[in-house]
Amino acid sequence: MARLTLKDIRHSYTPNPASDADYALKRVDHVFEDGGAYALLGPSGCGKTTLLNIISGILRPSEGEIHFDTLDVTDLPTEARNIAQVFQFPVVYDTMTVYDNLAFPLRNRRVPEDVVDRRVREILAMTGLEERAKRRAKGLTADDKQKISLGRGLARPDVNAILFDEPLTVIDPHMKWTLRTQLKELHRRFGRTMVYVTHDQTEALTFADTVVVMYEGEIVQIGTPEELFEHPRHTFVGYFIGSPGMNLLPAEFDGATVRVGGRPVALPGTPQRPSGERIELGIRPEFVRLGREGMPVSITKVEDIGRRKIVHASLEGETIAAIVKEDMEIPAEPHVVFDPAHLNLYADSWRVELEDRP
Amino acid sequence: MLELRDVSKTVSGERHISDVSLALEAGSLNVLLGPTLAGKTSLMRLMAGLDQPTAGTVHMDGADVTGVPVQRRSVAMVYQQFINYPSMTVYENIASPLRVAGTERATLDRKVREAAEMLRLTPYLDRQPLELSGGQQQRTALARAIVKNARLVLLDEPLANLDYKLREELRAELPRIFAESGAIFVYATTEPSEALLLGGKTATLSEGRVTQFGPTIEVFRNPADLLTARTFSDPPLNTIEVEKKQSRFLLDGVGGLPVPPALSDLRDAVYTLGFRPHHLSLEPRGQGAIALDARVTVTEITGSESFVHLDYAGNPWVMLEEGVHRASGGEKLTVYLDTRHLLVFDASGRSAATHRARAA
Repeated sequence: MARLTLKDIRHSYTPNPASDADYALKRVDHVFEDGGAYALLGPSGCGKTTLLNIISGILRPSEGEIHFDTLDVTDLPTEARNIAQVFQFPVVYDTMTVYDNLAFPLRNRRVPEDVVDRRVREILAMTGLEERAKRRAKGLTADDKQKISLGRGLARPDVNAILFDEPLTVIDPHMKWTLRTQLKELHRRFGRTMVYVTHDQTEALTFADTVVVMYEGEIVQIGTPEELFEHPRHTFVGYFIGSPGMNLLPAEFDGATVRVGGRPVALPGTPQRPSGERIELGIRPEFVRLGREGMPVSITKVEDIGRRKIVHASLEGETIAAIVKEDMEIPAEPHVVFDPAHLNLYADSWRVELEDRP
Repeated sequence: MLELRDVSKTVSGERHISDVSLALEAGSLNVLLGPTLAGKTSLMRLMAGLDQPTAGTVHMDGADVTGVPVQRRSVAMVYQQFINYPSMTVYENIASPLRVAGTERATLDRKVREAAEMLRLTPYLDRQPLELSGGQQQRTALARAIVKNARLVLLDEPLANLDYKLREELRAELPRIFAESGAIFVYATTEPSEALLLGGKTATLSEGRVTQFGPTIEVFRNPADLLTARTFSDPPLNTIEVEKKQSRFLLDGVGGLPVPPALSDLRDAVYTLGFRPHHLSLEPRGQGAIALDARVTVTEITGSESFVHLDYAGNPWVMLEEGVHRASGGEKLTVYLDTRHLLVFDASGRSAATHRARAA
């Protein structure tokens, strides 16, 4: 296992990048600690796969260095980096049995056959592939093949890191739960450095201890799932994490409070008056309380999604979403209250610290 | 209206579709929900006329269209893989079905621009599909399906390859876009949450059979059998097998759970109890919540919610709680089951008591 250090990495797919816009990765300076479980989360085109390919050696960065512990691997090819990789689409040897597919990376490294057998059996049990162990991979379903890919990625205990690129996209929802918890359990038991690229917030948040959120070639926030949910540093994080994302309402300063469409909203602390032009109040739908008191809203749509309802409403001409429990009756004259402890303030999209916040 | 009457499809001795009867109304949104290989794509191919059923008939507005090939039906399809003509611009891609139909120029232009606007493709009309992101490519395919103005629109996991947030947005727009067209809209997905967000009606599929068909939220709340309940649960349905003896649900002949008053007239027999992860909680909710002592296996925290994986008498369960709960593996935990939402299935897997429990 190793600590992965990215030093001032920049990458451009064009030969002579002139401006920031020419860079797929604008600047990444980050350390993935030894034994950590990390997720790189962001929409397509945000640079997360570029970053992963730089770690794995598929791409050489235009600028900067990458170190595994103290070794500079910037110019080393993938084979020399001693990493395991799992891709979005299954990579299996069709003519080999499931068992031999899983044993392949170990036999390649001349691991004694009794150790191979023990390890392969563990992985077969974990992925639920025991019954198919002796079958050839050809003819298996896409998700069974992907389980083989995942299993192979986990087979070798001595790798520097395991890199996952959207590994569960082709897996059925029920199997996702099983594989995800097993990955997490495995990480807890063996403490390997894992970097997991995904655009799926649930996967990223449940898998990783630390989530790196990327947007337009830059890291916009690094934090625990809780931090990303409670205090998004950038409005993009507020929007991208959570479903629906954070409500953002244009606001104006008025002393210790802000006004939304003329209505004062008390803040949980005193904002330093930011220099930004555009002030927005951020409140997650989970913390918008719907009831008979507070600010009047008109409801435009109620989506019953089973375990909860998403209420879409209009507040002072702005659209907002609120999440309510499945059994809740929607009041006839609806009002909303914002849970003050969960208000965030943004100036030009970046979060403003509030002083004396409890 | 599209009707399938006792439709079956056998391919080299293997049953892909078994005795499916469905009636889909004009202007309706119908979700086919089921795991990989449940028969969603096979069923859609039969609806489209791409395949012919081995038994049974297909009717469109009363007329038997069973043998009619896809070219002579009014059908549009969108697949998981984005399919566009790579050498044509986005504009020409969207226009292609209209050109085939010999649509007059001014009408063609108006329809293409309307569809492009609806799917937010206006800035990209002059580009070629491969210069676009996956989401834009799929929106091009969707726009083409819209201008075709087909009576039957089949979408086979159309958002599966797209970003999470983009899916969220398109999912919200799609029902509206297709409702305006008045077409019969069929949408296949493996994800229960996607079915719930789309609304409309849902047919749950399992091994080539339709296990239930009805308004989406109804099927979710009152599954007719255990298979449907499992298919329509994400996180997975929690279950436990019990034997009812008077006022107790016994586990292995002992202990177990008290029978909630609403289920007291259930006859004594063996049942499978089912309930969804959000009906377990750390504090009792609702009247008649039952306390259960479980052991934590692993906890997943999303920041807003916690998925606490539990072991209860050898049954793997998941509890979905709001907020952050750091329970660690091995820890004993008392959890509460909200019995108002308890599902009860008899030995054959049929629902024994869902409605009664709800009415109480």
